[in-house]
Amino acid sequence: MSASNLPLSFVNNPSPARWFRFDPDRTVHLAVGKVEIGQGILTALMQIAAEELDVPLAAIRMLAGDTDAAPDEGTTSSSLSIEVGGASLRLMAAEVRARMLERAAQRLNCAASELAVVDGAVYRNGAPTGQDYWSLAPDVDLLRPADGRTAPKPPSAYRVVGHSVPRLDLPAKISGAAFIHDMVRPNMLHARILRQPARGARLAALDETAIRRAAGGELQVFRLGNFVALLSPHETVAERAGAAAPLHARWENVRRLTSAQQEAAFLLGQPSEDRLIGDPPQPVSGEMVEARYTRPYLAHAAIAPSCALAESRGGHLSVWSHTQAVYPLRASLARVLNRPAETISVHHVQGAGCYGHNGADDVALDAALIAEAMPDHCIRVQWRREEEFGFEPLGSAMVIAVRAVLDASGKPIDWTQEIWSGTHVARPAMGGNMLAHEALPTPPPEPRPTDPPEAAGGGGTRNAIPHYAIPARRILHHLVPGTPVRTSALRGLGALPNVFAIESFMDELALRIGADPLAYRLEMLAEKPRAARVLTRAAEMAGWSRRGPGGNGHGMGIGFAQYKNRSAYAAVVAEVEAEREVRLRRLWCAADAGLVVNPDGARNQLEGGMLQAASFVLKEQVTFGETGVSSLDWQSYPILRFSEVPEIACELIEAREEPALGVGECALGPTAAAIGNAVAHALGVRIRDLPFTRERIASALLRL
Amino acid sequence: MRIELIVNGTAREVSAPPNTPLLDVLRNTLNLKGTRFGCGLAQCGACMVLVDGEPVYACMREIGTLAGAQITTVEALDGHPLRAAFLAEQAGQCGYCLSGILMSAKALLDRNPSPSRADIVAALDRHLCRCGTQWRIIRAVERAASLLREKAVP
Repeated sequence: MSASNLPLSFVNNPSPARWFRFDPDRTVHLAVGKVEIGQGILTALMQIAAEELDVPLAAIRMLAGDTDAAPDEGTTSSSLSIEVGGASLRLMAAEVRARMLERAAQRLNCAASELAVVDGAVYRNGAPTGQDYWSLAPDVDLLRPADGRTAPKPPSAYRVVGHSVPRLDLPAKISGAAFIHDMVRPNMLHARILRQPARGARLAALDETAIRRAAGGELQVFRLGNFVALLSPHETVAERAGAAAPLHARWENVRRLTSAQQEAAFLLGQPSEDRLIGDPPQPVSGEMVEARYTRPYLAHAAIAPSCALAESRGGHLSVWSHTQAVYPLRASLARVLNRPAETISVHHVQGAGCYGHNGADDVALDAALIAEAMPDHCIRVQWRREEEFGFEPLGSAMVIAVRAVLDASGKPIDWTQEIWSGTHVARPAMGGNMLAHEALPTPPPEPRPTDPPEAAGGGGTRNAIPHYAIPARRILHHLVPGTPVRTSALRGLGALPNVFAIESFMDELALRIGADPLAYRLEMLAEKPRAARVLTRAAEMAGWSRRGPGGNGHGMGIGFAQYKNRSAYAAVVAEVEAEREVRLRRLWCAADAGLVVNPDGARNQLEGGMLQAASFVLKEQVTFGETGVSSLDWQSYPILRFSEVPEIACELIEAREEPALGVGECALGPTAAAIGNAVAHALGVRIRDLPFTRERIASALLRL
Repeated sequence: MRIELIVNGTAREVSAPPNTPLLDVLRNTLNLKGTRFGCGLAQCGACMVLVDGEPVYACMREIGTLAGAQITTVEALDGHPLRAAFLAEQAGQCGYCLSGILMSAKALLDRNPSPSRADIVAALDRHLCRCGTQWRIIRAVERAASLLREKAVP
C-alpha cells in the first residue's frame, strides 16, 4: 500500500509498540483506539489481529480507548471502525509478524520465507524451531515506525476472519458488573446535576434547605456559576436531591420554546447557510415532479443514562467515560479546565448502546469540574432519565424537497434534493460546547454549527445524491444554525431522511408509469452490479413476486442505499399491515459489506439498525414544551416494544475479495424507505412525514 | 431500619431507611451490580428482579416492604440454560437491558416450560431494548425453553 492511501489510524499511530506488546505469560496485549459502544467492534478487531499474527484468540488481551496506553484513533463513529481501524490494525499486525520472522530467520540462519507461525510459535518445514513471539520479542524493535509496505494475508488464507466468533463482552453483560455505572472507587461520592435549562439562563435563587429536606441524608451542594451539583456518599440521597432540585431553583433569562418549533417544517422559515453541491442547475425539458418529505427531531434514547467518574490526585485528573472519543474528549476537557492535556487521562469504560453523539462527553465534564474542586474523591455523576431525554443532543429534524425532471419514459434525467436541516455534528472537539461549559462563570461563545465535509460523507447531505444513473444530480443544502435545541450526530446523520426521501420518491415515480418499483430501480442500476445484487436478493428473500396490487391494507415495499454512496450496500423489503395503524410484520435485508470479519456480528448490527429505524419511523418524535424538551420519559418518547417487533431475515452477500465496509449504519435508510413504501402500498396513499402515526394515517386516508 | 432479605438464596440483613429503593440496596449495599438503573420510573425494565418469583421493578420497590422476601437477581442465573441460550443466539448488543429481560424470562420459564412465541413476547413486553436485539432475544428464550425441557427428560 502506498503511503498516500494508508488508513488514518495507521498513519497517526505508526509505531507497532503503540498497538502490540508480548507479555511473559504468553499473551498478546493489543491496544486499540476504537471503542466498544455495543456494536461488537472489539471482537472483530481481535479476530483481525489473531488472523494476521497467527495467534489464538484466547491469547489476546485487549485494551480499548485510553489516553495513557492506547493509540489515538479519534472518534468511534460513522461505521469506520472496521474500514479504518480494522484496516490499520491488519497492516500493523502484518508488520509485527514480519519483524518477528525476520529476527527468527537471523537466529535460525535461514530465510524468513521458509518460516511459518502457528499459535505464535515459529515453524520451519512443519517442525517447531523453538522460537516464538515471546522469545523473540525482547530482540525485536516494535518502536520503529511501520511503513505499511508489509502485505497482509490474502483473504483466501483466512481462518479466523470471516467466522462468527462470539462476542467477547457478552458473558459479563449477562451475569453482573460490566458497565461504567458499576464502577466503584475509593472515596466515591454520587453526584446529580441541576442543569442550566439552556445557554444563557442564570440561576437567580436556589432553595438549598428544601433540597436537603428532600434528599433526606448527607448532602453537599457544589456550585460554580450556573453549574450546580448535589453530592452524597449515598446514591439514593443524591438521586432525591437531583429530582427535587429543579423544583427549588429559579432561573432567569430562560429560553422559551413553542410546540410549533418541534416540527420539521419550522426550519423552512429560518436563516440558513446555503450551498449547492453537484451538477449546476441547467434548463432541461421534460415533466417536472416534486414532493416534500420530513422527519422530526429524534433522541438517541439509550437505555442507560449517561455516566462518568473523575478524580483528581496529586495534580492529575483521571476521567472514566463511555465517550466515543477519548483523545478528543481529553483535549476538550483541557480547553475548558484550562490545563495541559498531559495532566488529564481519559479511560474508556463501556456504557449502554451509543448511536451517536449522546451525553457521554457532557457528563464527563460534569464529573471533571467537581473532581478538580474536590481532590482525592472519586466523583461519580449519573444523569437522571429526565436529564438524559431533556439534554442529550438530538438528531436534527429535516425537510427534504425532491424535484425531478422526467424523460418521455418516466425516468428522472435531472434530480434536485433540497435539504433544510440543523447540524449533524456538534461534538465538543468539532466546534460544539459541552453543556456544563455553558453554565460556567465564563461561558464559551455560542458554537458555530458546521457539518462534516462531503469528503467525510457529509452531514445533512449524507446520501442525498441518488445512487441511480441520472444524468444530472445536485443538492441544495440549507444548514440552519439556529435550531431551537442542540443537534448533533445520530446514527447515519442525514442518511436516513435522505434515503427515505429518495426511495419514497422513486416509488412514486414508478407508480406514475405503472412500473414495478424493483424493476424501475434495476433499470437505473445497470452499471452498479453490487447495488443490483442486494436489491435482487432482498426481493427474492421476501418473495417480491407475491407483492400484489396493494391498497387493501396489506403492503410490501423496498428500499436501497449504498451508505455514504461509497460504503456498504443494503436493500430492505418490508411487509406491513396498515389500516388505522401500521403493524410491521416482516423485514428482509440483503447487504454487501465486502469482506465480513464476523458474519454474525455484522448481521446483528444490520438487524439492530433495521429495528431502530423501524422504531424511528413508526413511533418517534421529540416534543417541545415551554422551557425545553417535553418528551422526558419512555411514555412520552415511546420506542419499539417486543410486541411490535417484526420477524427479521438478514443475508450478507459473499464478497470477501472486496474491502471490508462498516455495517452499523447502512441498513437504517433502506429500512425506513421500505416501511414507507410498504405503508403507501398498503394504504394506496403516500405519507411523506415521519413518524407514521395513527393521526397521519387517518389524514392520509382522507386524501384517497 | 434493619431488614432481613433472602437474596439469591442467602439470608442478608441490610440497614437502610425503609423507603430506599431495592435497586440501591442491591447495587450499592450488596454490590450486586447486574441489576441496572435505566429510568427510575418503572418504564424500561432494566432493573427487573424477582421478588418471591414474580418480576418486580427494583427501581421503585421500597426495601421496607420486603422483609423476609426472596429476591432473585441475574447473578443467580449461573448455570441456568437462559445464560447459555443468550450466548448461543448472541442475543445482545450493548447488553444493558439484558439482565432485566433475563429475569422476566426466568419467571416465564419457571411457570411455563413450553411458552409460545406470543407468551414470550407478552412476558417481555415491559422491557425496552434500544439496540434492536429483540428478535434474537425472543429466539434465545425459545432456545432456553428447549434446553430446559431437554434437561427435564430423564
